[in-house]
Amino acid sequence: MKKLLTATAAIALSAGTAFAEGQPKEVKLGILFGFTGPIESLAPTMASGAELAMSEVSESGKLFDGATVTPLRADTGCIDNGLATANAEKLIAEGASGIVGGDCSGVTGAILQNVAIPNGMVMISPSASSPGLTSMEDNGLFFRTTPSDARQGEIMASILADRGVDSIAITYTNNDYGKGLADSIQSSFEAAGGEVTIVTAHEDGKGDYSAEVAALASAGGDILVVAGYLDQGGLGIIQGALDTGAFDTFGLPDGMIGDSLPTNVGSDLNGSFGQIAGSDSEGAEIFAGKASELGFDGTSAYSPESYDAAALFLLAMQASGSVDPKDYVSKITEVANAPGEKINPGELGKALEILANGGEIDYEGATGVNLIGPGESAGSFREIEVQDGKNVTVKFR
Amino acid sequence: MDFLNAFVALSNFVLIPGIAYGSQLALGALGVTLIYGILRFSNFAHGDTMAFGTMVVILFTWLFQSWGISAGPLPTALLALPIGIVATMALVLVTDKAVFKFYREQKAKPVVFVMVSLGVMFMMNGLVRFIIGPGDQRFGDGERFIIKAGTFKKMTGLDEGLAIKTSQGITVVTAIIVVALLFWFLNKTRTGKSMRAYSDNEDLALLSGINPERVVMITWLIVAALATIAGTLYGLDKSFKPFTYFQLLLPIFAAAIVGGLGSPLGAIAGGFVIAMSEVMITYAWKKVGGYILPESLEPEGLAQLLSTDYKFAVSFAILVVVLLFKPTGIFKGKAV
Repeated sequence: MKKLLTATAAIALSAGTAFAEGQPKEVKLGILFGFTGPIESLAPTMASGAELAMSEVSESGKLFDGATVTPLRADTGCIDNGLATANAEKLIAEGASGIVGGDCSGVTGAILQNVAIPNGMVMISPSASSPGLTSMEDNGLFFRTTPSDARQGEIMASILADRGVDSIAITYTNNDYGKGLADSIQSSFEAAGGEVTIVTAHEDGKGDYSAEVAALASAGGDILVVAGYLDQGGLGIIQGALDTGAFDTFGLPDGMIGDSLPTNVGSDLNGSFGQIAGSDSEGAEIFAGKASELGFDGTSAYSPESYDAAALFLLAMQASGSVDPKDYVSKITEVANAPGEKINPGELGKALEILANGGEIDYEGATGVNLIGPGESAGSFREIEVQDGKNVTVKFR
Repeated sequence: MDFLNAFVALSNFVLIPGIAYGSQLALGALGVTLIYGILRFSNFAHGDTMAFGTMVVILFTWLFQSWGISAGPLPTALLALPIGIVATMALVLVTDKAVFKFYREQKAKPVVFVMVSLGVMFMMNGLVRFIIGPGDQRFGDGERFIIKAGTFKKMTGLDEGLAIKTSQGITVVTAIIVVALLFWFLNKTRTGKSMRAYSDNEDLALLSGINPERVVMITWLIVAALATIAGTLYGLDKSFKPFTYFQLLLPIFAAAIVGGLGSPLGAIAGGFVIAMSEVMITYAWKKVGGYILPESLEPEGLAQLLSTDYKFAVSFAILVVVLLFKPTGIFKGKAV
C-alpha cells in the first residue's frame, strides 16, 4: 500500500511538472446534443458546426504538436435527463476532454449537476438559454455561447413594441426553457406597457391541442407567442390556432425558428415573426460560406454557436497547454474576450499559433462571442420574419 | 347578434371538437365494452390495437399516395381503411389463438386475463414502434376544411369564426354509420343475437347450442374493425403517435365504465360525457360570457375551472366518482 501511494505521488508529480510530454496526440471532445427528441431537426447542423471547428484545428496541425481532434457524438434526447446524464458519463469514460453541450436547458442543468461538477468536466453549451442556468451553482465549469433568455425576453418585447402589438397571449412548453422564457417575455413586455392576456403551459408530445388553443383563444390578444419547440407541441398549437381561426400571427422565440416550421404549417404562417441568437458580424458570413462548402446550412439555428463552443475549448487548451479541464478552464474567458487579436471563423490556425507564441487573442467567431457574467454570451439577435414560407432575417438587434 | 357570436364561439372551440373527440372515444369504448361483455375481461391492449390498425392504414395510405391514387377531396386513408381492418383482424385472431385461448380453456379468472392483456399490450406497443417508429406521423390529405373560420366570418358577418375540419365531419358521419351497422347486427342478425345471449348467460347459451369459439371469433373481428376505424379517425383528426394511442386507453376505459361496461349504448353515451367534460371543464368561458352576460356580470378573469394541464385528471375524476357511487354506470352495465 505504501509503495502504491509513493508511486501514485510520483506519477502525479511528474505529470504536473512535465506537461509538455503529457500533451496528447489526439484530443477528444464530446458533442452532446438532442439528436432525438423535440429539436432533432436542429441537432445535426449544430453538430456539423462543432465538428467544422474541430476539423479546422486538426488540419491546421497547430494544436500542441500537431494533435488531431476527434468528435464523440452522444444524444441527450433534449428532454430526457436520464439519457443525457448517462451519455455524459459515457463521454467522460471514453476520454472526452470537454463537452460541447447540452442543448436544451433542462438536460443541460441535469448534466451539469450530476456529471460535470462531480467529474470536474467543463461544458460549453451552444443553445441552453434558460435564465435559471445563470444563477445555478456551477463551480465555474459551465459556459454558453448563447445569451440567456432574460435577454431574449427584452429583445422580443422591443420587437413587439416596434410592430405595434398591444396585447399578447403566451403559451410555453412545460420545462425550464419554456417557463424561463415565458416569464422573461411577460415581464419585459409588461414593463414596456403591453398587456399579457394569458400565460399557459402546454405539454409536448400530445396528439391534440384543441383544449389549450380554446383557452388561449378565449383570452384573446393581438398575437400568440409560442415559447415551445418547432417539432413538438409548438407546431401542434400553431396548427390548432390556425385551424380554428383563433390567431393568425405568431411570435416565435428561438425554439420555434427552423426551416421545418414554415414547411409543415404552410403559407398561413407568413407574417409571423420572432428572433433567434445571431449576429451580423463578419464571422457569421464566413461561417455560413464554409458551411455551405461542406453541404450544411450555416445559418441554421445554433450551428454557429456550436462552432464557437468547440473553438473556445480548443483555443483554451492551447493557451493553457493542457487538455485537463482544471488547467484550461480559466483560459476560456481569456481567449473569448479582449484584449488581443480578433479571430474570425477559419482563422483558428492563426489563433493557435499566436497562443503558442504566448500572444493574446480575442475570439470573435461566428457569433461575435463576448463572454459576460458567469460565462455566458452577451448576445445579439436576428429578427426573423416568415415570408413566402421561409425564415427571413429582417434586422439585427 | 351577441347571442349568435357566443354560440358560434362555443361551437368552434367546444362543441365541434368535443363531438368529434366524443365520437372517436365512443368507437374505442364500444370495442372495450364488447370484449368485456362477451370475453369478460378489460382488454388493456385496446389502445395499441388501435395504434396497430392505424399504422397499417398509414403505411397503405403512403403506398397509395406514391401510386397517385387519391380519394379526391376526402383523405386517402379512407381507401386504405379496409386493408387496415383486415390486417388488424388477422393480428387479433392470431393473438387470441396464441394467448387468450389458452387462458379461456384454463377458465382463468378475469384478473388473470387483464394481466395477460397487459402483456399483449406491451408486445403490440413494441411491434408498432418497431415498424413505424415512435414519432409523429401525419397522413391526412385531401381538402382540410369543410368550412374555414375566415370564410365563415365573411359569409355571416359575425365577429366569431367557425371552422369545421373535413376530419371532424368524416369522424361524425363514420361514427353514425358504424354504430347503426353494429346495432343492426347485434339486434337483428342470428349471430348478433347469439352474441348477446352468450353475454347475458354463458351457460344457458352453451346449452342452447351456441358455438362459443365462433362467438369469440366474431367478437374479435368486430372489435378489430372498431379499433381500426376509431384509431384512423383519431389520427386523421389529430395526429398519429404510438404513445398518444397508449394514453387514449384512460379516456376510453372511463367512457366504457361511465356508460356501463358491457352496454354498447352506454359506451357511446360515456364517450360523449367524457369528451364533453374534458373540453368544457378546461375551457376558458371568458369570451362566451363576455357575449351573453350583461356588462356588469362580465367575467374579469378567464372563467376557467381547471387549467388544460389537468385534462386527463377530468377523466380520472369522473371514473372514480362513477365507480364510487354508481359502479354499474349510466346504462346498468356489469358491476366492475
